[in-house]
Amino acid sequence: MTQASTQATRKSGPSAALSNETLLGWLRDMQLIREFETRTMQAYQQAKIGGFCHIYSGQEASAVGTIGSVNRDDPVILAYRDHGHALARGTSARACMAEMFGKGAGCAKGKGGSMHMFDKPNWLFGGHGIVGAQTPLGAGLAFAARYEWEVLGTGKKKVCLCYLGDGAIDQGAFHEALNLAALYGLPVIYIIENNGYSMGTALHRHSANSKNLISRGQSYGMKSVEIDGFDVLNVYDRFRPLVDECRDLQRPAFVDLKTYRYMGHSMSDPQKYRTKEEVEQWKERDSIAALAAHLMASESEGGRGCLSEADWKEMRGEVAEIVRDAVEFAEAAPAPDVERELYSDVFINPMARLSPSREYNHGEPNPLL
Amino acid sequence: MTTMTAPVPPGGKRIEHPALPGGFAVPDFGRPLPPREGERVIQFREALREAMSEEMRRDERVFLMGEEVAEYSGAYKVSQGMLEEFGPKRIIDSPISENGFAGLGIAAAMYGLRPIIEFMSWSFSLVAADQILNNAPKMLYMSGGQWGCPIVFRGNDGAGGQLGSTHSWCVEGLYANVPGMKIAIPSNPYDAKGLLKTAILDPDPVFFLESERMLGDKAHVPEEEYYIPFGKARLVREGDACTVVSFGRPVNFCIEACERLAGEGVECDLLDMRTIRPLDMDSVLRSLKRTNRLVVVDQSWPFGGVASEVISQVIEQGFDWLDAPPIRVNTEDVPTPYAKSLEAAYLPNAERIAAAVRRSLGR
Repeated sequence: MTQASTQATRKSGPSAALSNETLLGWLRDMQLIREFETRTMQAYQQAKIGGFCHIYSGQEASAVGTIGSVNRDDPVILAYRDHGHALARGTSARACMAEMFGKGAGCAKGKGGSMHMFDKPNWLFGGHGIVGAQTPLGAGLAFAARYEWEVLGTGKKKVCLCYLGDGAIDQGAFHEALNLAALYGLPVIYIIENNGYSMGTALHRHSANSKNLISRGQSYGMKSVEIDGFDVLNVYDRFRPLVDECRDLQRPAFVDLKTYRYMGHSMSDPQKYRTKEEVEQWKERDSIAALAAHLMASESEGGRGCLSEADWKEMRGEVAEIVRDAVEFAEAAPAPDVERELYSDVFINPMARLSPSREYNHGEPNPLL
Repeated sequence: MTTMTAPVPPGGKRIEHPALPGGFAVPDFGRPLPPREGERVIQFREALREAMSEEMRRDERVFLMGEEVAEYSGAYKVSQGMLEEFGPKRIIDSPISENGFAGLGIAAAMYGLRPIIEFMSWSFSLVAADQILNNAPKMLYMSGGQWGCPIVFRGNDGAGGQLGSTHSWCVEGLYANVPGMKIAIPSNPYDAKGLLKTAILDPDPVFFLESERMLGDKAHVPEEEYYIPFGKARLVREGDACTVVSFGRPVNFCIEACERLAGEGVECDLLDMRTIRPLDMDSVLRSLKRTNRLVVVDQSWPFGGVASEVISQVIEQGFDWLDAPPIRVNTEDVPTPYAKSLEAAYLPNAERIAAAVRRSLGR
């Protein structure tokens, strides 16, 4: 039985209660991420994007299914493979692309780049470039959300999503964060987007007891689950109840979300550590194709029957147009004004004599705020 | 993000900023500071406690986290009694996990709380270097002005008394190299209270460097609330012979040295910088124009340190006012030794400072 037909016969689980509109929206988001990343690679190869750039293609079901399980005002924090999550969270394709092009219209005014997607209105606390460094921050966001609800009495129960790759589980910061989260009862879910490789080092070569990653979470007494991250409905069915539980009980959880990236670790990766056949095998299970098939299958076939071939073609066309527009926008947008922006956003409260070089100033307002 | 607006101390004002939910409060720095002389003599550690407690009473967003801060009453009794007043949700014992709880505090600050993170020793902050150097001071810039980091990291800095090389770090030489944070380093109980209160209100990351060797120092500390502005050096003594610049604990050695020199008929300006970033070069240059001689005393290593920075800026901005080469007095350029005699020789002291001034005067 193919993955598509597994989905096509799905009848139970929380996803069964989701509206057709929601699922069509997810399909659109996943396709947007795929298309966005394709154009990102093109722009990178044309040297319009600099620095390090990590492509999310293949992993779309992970971001869309997990972010689809939380509220708009639940904090989200990411590692550096962050374009997909930002788009899934609602950051505009224009702001993301302009950021990578290093333009002032970017979501971080061109000061962050590919690895640092921040979007305050969408409660996105950044992509983070140092492997594992975001894991204590995830605990801190959960701490603050709980403090706001419990001590200040002005908030509500929230859940923080903290994403990391399988490479980050070997970092000390990660273990410190898990301990703090479990010790203090912090509502944070650590999502290991396990794509099987820490850069070019396969999971079994970089981490001990690699077939049992959830033991990491279990050893801190956290509820820990494995999820097939290649099937967005399965992600939601398994992840959504965990979110509800963490929110309700104000406690952390750990997820080994198994996924796969189609592209290299970064744009400069020759991928000598894996075979083309391995990549092709995963592509046969492609999460976008599977969701489209499910939405096209009739209800009697166990599908939704809410998408025709023509609709799907139209949707892909719309998405391609959004991304094309984003690239055009990014290209046309002006570079940050050096005089105004180099020394701005260093301090909220700049003072004289903070630097021997120059006084700090306030720059342009962030376009997202 | 919290919706709570920043409470404002009497006479102060609130300033809004898009990166900071609730804005931030600025005290009324125009108000004259209360007298330094008086009868209310308390310890340095009590002054720190008073600063934190006053701000915590006004602002519920402020919390204290660190090793042994709550049930143990603070490894050095700085937070004694605070657990009883503020409860375990705001005075929080952490595991020995500096990178973890430093990062926790940083994100809590981004979210809108006002964390005070205590390092039992700044020496231990080295294992949290990624969080405190990569995240706290860069978050606002990296996010294009979206997320600030209003946090105070504080703890003991410098040699504590035969603690050996790993526990005796003076981090100012290392950390002052990084843009994006403010660094305060008080030399006495009065300044400790006023500077720490300013640090807690400030919307940017502040590294607050105390000294285990000074926690028992006693002086008059006014009961009233007062805030000492950052970037304003204090002229501790006045004299035309030489400008002596220092910060933190060595200011006290400088006072001793200046007293000895006064006995020899040499009167010096002594400037207590109080903050390293910002660095009040205006006061240094003003003094230099009178004395034309400069000695900088710094308890961290000499290579690329804060004393080197002061001298660099003097050479860039006040070269013509120098009648003699500026001199720096640092700790010796070796790992901190354990033996009492070696440690004493390693640290700056009144004799070395006085000798440097005499050398500057050609004596």
